[in-house]
Amino acid sequence: MNVEINGPKILGYLFGNTNLPITETMRNSWIIMAFILFLCIFLTHRMQKIPKGKQALAEKAVLMIDGLVESTMGEGCQAFSPYIMTLMMSSLFGSLASLFWMRSTTADLNTTLGWAIITFVLITFNKIKYGGIKGYLKGFLEPIFVMAPLNVLSEIATPVSMSFRHFGNMAGGLVITTLIMGALKVLSNAVLGFLPDNIALLQIGLPGVLSLYFDCFTACMQAFIFSMLTMAYVGDARNS
Amino acid sequence: MDPKAFVAGMSALGAGMAMIAGLGPGIGEGYAAGQACSAIGRQPEAQGDITRTMILGIAMAESTGIYALVIALILLFANPFVGQF
Repeated sequence: MNVEINGPKILGYLFGNTNLPITETMRNSWIIMAFILFLCIFLTHRMQKIPKGKQALAEKAVLMIDGLVESTMGEGCQAFSPYIMTLMMSSLFGSLASLFWMRSTTADLNTTLGWAIITFVLITFNKIKYGGIKGYLKGFLEPIFVMAPLNVLSEIATPVSMSFRHFGNMAGGLVITTLIMGALKVLSNAVLGFLPDNIALLQIGLPGVLSLYFDCFTACMQAFIFSMLTMAYVGDARNS
Repeated sequence: MDPKAFVAGMSALGAGMAMIAGLGPGIGEGYAAGQACSAIGRQPEAQGDITRTMILGIAMAESTGIYALVIALILLFANPFVGQF
């Protein structure tokens, strides 16, 4: 049996410098960014006073995110909804890319860790902005000063756990589907041995059902969870 | 014995044992979902809020299991010990 599970392939090097590889993840991210940009321009092209068709869809999506941000983070946080929408859409399309013969961008820790670090900077910035630098440093000494190392650790654990959760879910799905595809090929060669080697009839059906869970459901779920957690953490930093 | 084979075998065993951590999140998530069901039964009009909070809580509980999964994946596909022999 020959199952290959690899990280993203390196396609080339930027400026011929071996320290700057262009990976599959980067290429797919660029494709997805171009797609989202195209979608934005297409949906808001020739807007009218009374929305209909594609414009109604765009307005519905924007209103939905605005409502979600307001109900989770409280009044006056509308400025965050573009960031939340960006996170949600890049996560969703990045994960769903696996339906179109591309390696999903979120099955790479670099992508999710990048997003989590942006969120971490946002959390820290809001904590300092609303509590003052003194209040921020004092927060580490709660409830007593002995807890300071643990508080620092829990602060660092936020971006790590956020990125690992998203990456682990997508990469776990990738590994499980690949292993099952390999196993089904072996089974099909053993049971239906009279067929040529590269035809695996048993690979029809079951992987589709698994893909429905591991690609579609998990992708939507993780996009929602990642943006919900971002909203919860940033809202908490503003209100504390 | 070939030390590489020994390390590879032990790593596979370790990956399997790391995934025992899947027990905890399973129990915790099941408990959370059960409690959410009974809460919805008591207060059906708050279904949206309850579901959202439950999903967030489940995601938090899941992270311990995900850590174990990441450790297992590292041991299987990016093993740091095999290269030392």
